[in-house]
Amino acid sequence: MSNNQQTPGVVAARLSGAELEQNFSDLHAPLDAHEAAVAADRCYFCYDAPCMTACPTTIDIPLFIRQIQTGTPDAAARTIFDQNILGGMCARVCPTETLCEEVCVRETAEGKPVEIGRLQRFATDTLMSKDGHPYGRAEQTGKTVAVVGAGPAGLSCAHRLAMKGHDVVLFDARAKAGGLNEFGIAAYKSVGGFAKAEVDWLMQIGGIRLQGGQALGDNLTIDDLSGDYDAVFLGIGMGGVNALRTDGEDKGNVLDAVDFIEELRQSNDLSTLKIGRNVVVIGGGMTAVDAAVQSKLLGAENVTMVYRRDRNAMGASVYEQDLATSRGVRIIYNAQPAGVHGNGAVAEVEFEYTTQQGGKLSGTGEKFRLPADQLFKAIGQKVTGAPDALKLNGGKIAVTQNGRTSVSGIWAGGDCASGGDDLTVTAVAEGRDAAEDIHAAIS
Amino acid sequence: MADLTTNFAGIKSPNPFWLASAPPTDKEYNVRRAFKAGWGGVVWKTLGEAGPPVVNVNGPRYGAIWGADRRLLGLNNIELITDRSLEINLQEIKSVKRDYPDRAVVVSLMVPCEEEPWKKILPLVEDTGADGIELNFGCPHGMAERGMGSAVGQVPEYIEMVTRWCKQYTRMPVIVKLTPNITDIRGPARAALNGGADAVSLINTINSITSVDLDAMSPEPMIDGKGTHGGYCGPAVKPIALNMVAEIARDAQTANLPISGIGGITTWRDAAEFMALGAGSVQVCTAVMTYGFKIVEEMISGLDQWMDEKGYASIDDVVGRAVPNVTDWQNLNLNYIAKARIDQDKCIKCGRCYAACEDTSHQAISMSPDRVFDVKDDECVACNLCFNVCPVENCITLEPLTPGSIDERTGQTVKKEYGNWTTHPNNPSVFKAAE
Ligand SMILES: Cc1cc2nc3c(=O)[nH]c(=O)nc-3n(C[C@H](O)[C@H](O)[C@H](O)COP(=O)(O)OP(=O)(O)OC[C@H]3O[C@@H](n4cnc5c(N)ncnc54)[C@H](O)[C@@H]3O)c2cc1C
Ligand SMILES: Cc1cc2nc3c(=O)[nH]c(=O)nc-3n(C[C@H](O)[C@H](O)[C@H](O)COP(=O)(O)O)c2cc1C
Ligand code: SF4
Repeated sequence: MSNNQQTPGVVAARLSGAELEQNFSDLHAPLDAHEAAVAADRCYFCYDAPCMTACPTTIDIPLFIRQIQTGTPDAAARTIFDQNILGGMCARVCPTETLCEEVCVRETAEGKPVEIGRLQRFATDTLMSKDGHPYGRAEQTGKTVAVVGAGPAGLSCAHRLAMKGHDVVLFDARAKAGGLNEFGIAAYKSVGGFAKAEVDWLMQIGGIRLQGGQALGDNLTIDDLSGDYDAVFLGIGMGGVNALRTDGEDKGNVLDAVDFIEELRQSNDLSTLKIGRNVVVIGGGMTAVDAAVQSKLLGAENVTMVYRRDRNAMGASVYEQDLATSRGVRIIYNAQPAGVHGNGAVAEVEFEYTTQQGGKLSGTGEKFRLPADQLFKAIGQKVTGAPDALKLNGGKIAVTQNGRTSVSGIWAGGDCASGGDDLTVTAVAEGRDAAEDIHAAIS
Repeated sequence: MADLTTNFAGIKSPNPFWLASAPPTDKEYNVRRAFKAGWGGVVWKTLGEAGPPVVNVNGPRYGAIWGADRRLLGLNNIELITDRSLEINLQEIKSVKRDYPDRAVVVSLMVPCEEEPWKKILPLVEDTGADGIELNFGCPHGMAERGMGSAVGQVPEYIEMVTRWCKQYTRMPVIVKLTPNITDIRGPARAALNGGADAVSLINTINSITSVDLDAMSPEPMIDGKGTHGGYCGPAVKPIALNMVAEIARDAQTANLPISGIGGITTWRDAAEFMALGAGSVQVCTAVMTYGFKIVEEMISGLDQWMDEKGYASIDDVVGRAVPNVTDWQNLNLNYIAKARIDQDKCIKCGRCYAACEDTSHQAISMSPDRVFDVKDDECVACNLCFNVCPVENCITLEPLTPGSIDERTGQTVKKEYGNWTTHPNNPSVFKAAE
């Protein structure tokens, strides 16, 4: 008999192929031309528009929406890509509800912002579906820059440098480029192999050589890079995962949420992916929400997300929390893990309620247990593998405004660098700005 | 990349987008910011004689018409020419032109309809290094009461006379700005040509009252309980302006006279339409007063993309391209027969086409109990009303019938050959001639 949501343990194919396909389709369907025209018409073309300021890459949003309004979505896409070469991915994954759309004057006026993210996707999809690449390269400078990490930060930096006429060697520990676009972002935000297609499209500019499977640290040292290249940019993200520091953490089926998501993203047959009947996720950020929602979409019967503080302190936006609950995830606030129980593998997770006094979190003494076939840990990632020579700040590579590290000739940006807010769009902005600064420094 | 550089009656600019003579061009501060934003040229706000400047009202000077979502569709104003002194304006023009040699700086002028004042002001303008002058024969309020503006523009003899003086006293190109407040725009255009004008620009604003305050019983804008007619501009006037531009472009006498198109231009597409009907440059006022200078970026990118797509390499390739297809009604092909078609996949079942056709037109659309709307070919006259009221783009189209097929409405075979009213059997003059 085939499996269903009530099948005990950790099994594959709890849902039919058709149900899985439905569950993992686009979270927000793309706008068609008519919908885009109607949505674009709502923009007031504000002066010094608040949405532009709220966008970490400062896309000229009123201008690109006006270009959609006037029937030139290709020009709109150019306006977007001029500022953000991964504008296609950002249109899909940006938490617009806390960025551009949050400050839209129509959000203020009637609680319904202009749908900036979806319009951005309409424009970028239109241009990207055409042959060719919209940017060319300046005259070759003869300089070569090493970019380490092919995530959003590294890709954005590499593209801008290539545009300026520099050659780029792009190293990544993994064989496949894309960083968390490829391995981390929730499947329903980037369907149809978009992450890979976007990398291929971006690389069409030329002058960027990808060296996959080469990790900084193994036989590639920062000294080698500094010696061999005119400049170095590090965009190595956060490879490490924070530990729970709870008894029983080493039991079976206690997993890092990012590993689970990576496996899911790389799977080409979701019906072979195993998921528990009862899944518990610990954490309150985007990763926790994504792990919880995707567990549910795979067919887990009960998925509970447990966060140690209250709703407002949560890293995931209210919109993301609502998304989770609308998919059937239960969220428990104000509870921290107190133990993982089970014989070999996890069977129950024990929690203690918390209270907060003067910013300090403490247990109330009241405890409860949740049945769990799988426990996903999503309590934050950390930078690993940063070269020793570089100063750190709060566990991340310390940088000044344009990504300059404490060592001259080495820049850093994205999740591995201090100061950002761990979003795709921030990584893109930092990669771009570092490229501009590198360009100014080496030419 | 299409080449957008423009040479209009000898006045060069990097693109055909100019700001019309109006508040956006009333001072150096504005014009510098406009040039920074990318505008190809400006026509400076109209200057008057030396001496104490005119004074404006100190209450509201605009009235407006809005569409859905409070989109500004039409604007009306009772502003006069510049209310700043001639000396300051001239100094500012000189300083801007010095810093922006590649942009077009045209100076709009309006002085009394006598030779002396024109003779006096022209050398002062020439001294600024400006690229040309525009004669404001268009302003319909305030100045007209003083014998200037549209009071001159409505009398072709005056237009010709003043234009001739200007051509006599300056070597700068002379553009004559025409008022639409006349019955036949070709008269004033021909007069400008006869006076030696290098170009005409049109339209200036249209006499209008935008609304009435029903409590105060006064037209708006209302100044202390009273109002006056003002000049209407913005998207609402575009159709009127397009027609007037086309009339001049296809008139045998004025066909080669350069035209700067003005009136409701808001997007690159509006501009391209003016250019297709013969405008060699375009001027914009209300759209920048609504959205700010930045819209020129969309105008440039849009025009550029469209020209590339169509294979037009330069502005000259576009200007006047639609003029041969502007004709008189009597030349339209009456043997061309079309029928409305409703795309059922696109239809959102609002029923607006049905209401329009059933209640007011030809009862040519049927409605089923489950809200499927279909065209009845035996009733449809292809008037296009359903298409115009349909909220979904391209849901309703007008498809021509192929020659040889039967028009179900008339029962007649669709003819292949062209046939217009001049040869139609129902035309009384044809009937007479046959007698
Ligand atoms: C599960 C999850 C969901 C997320 N969802 C969203 C979302 O919806 N919206 C959003 O805006 N953000 C989201 N984020 C955050 C976003 O993905 C990151 O902020 C962004 O990817 C950071 O880009 P980056 O280039 O700095 O790093 P990464 O994307 O992490 O890329 C780093 C790259 O460096 C490589 N690398 C690492 N170490 C080395 C080394 N030593 N040598 C060579 N290469 C190395 C890695 O293989 C990787 O390719 C999510 C993150 C996670 C984990
Ligand atoms: C407030 C205002 C003041 C104007 N002043 C002048 C003027 O001084 N001289 C002139 O030639 N036209 C003047 N105009 C007319 C404009 O230059 C232009 O011809 C007209 O507004 C139509 O263009 P639009 O639809 O783009 O606004 C003025 C228009 C407005 C709205
Ligand atoms: S637009 Fe400026 S000048 Fe005009 S009323 Fe408003 S604040 Fe006053």
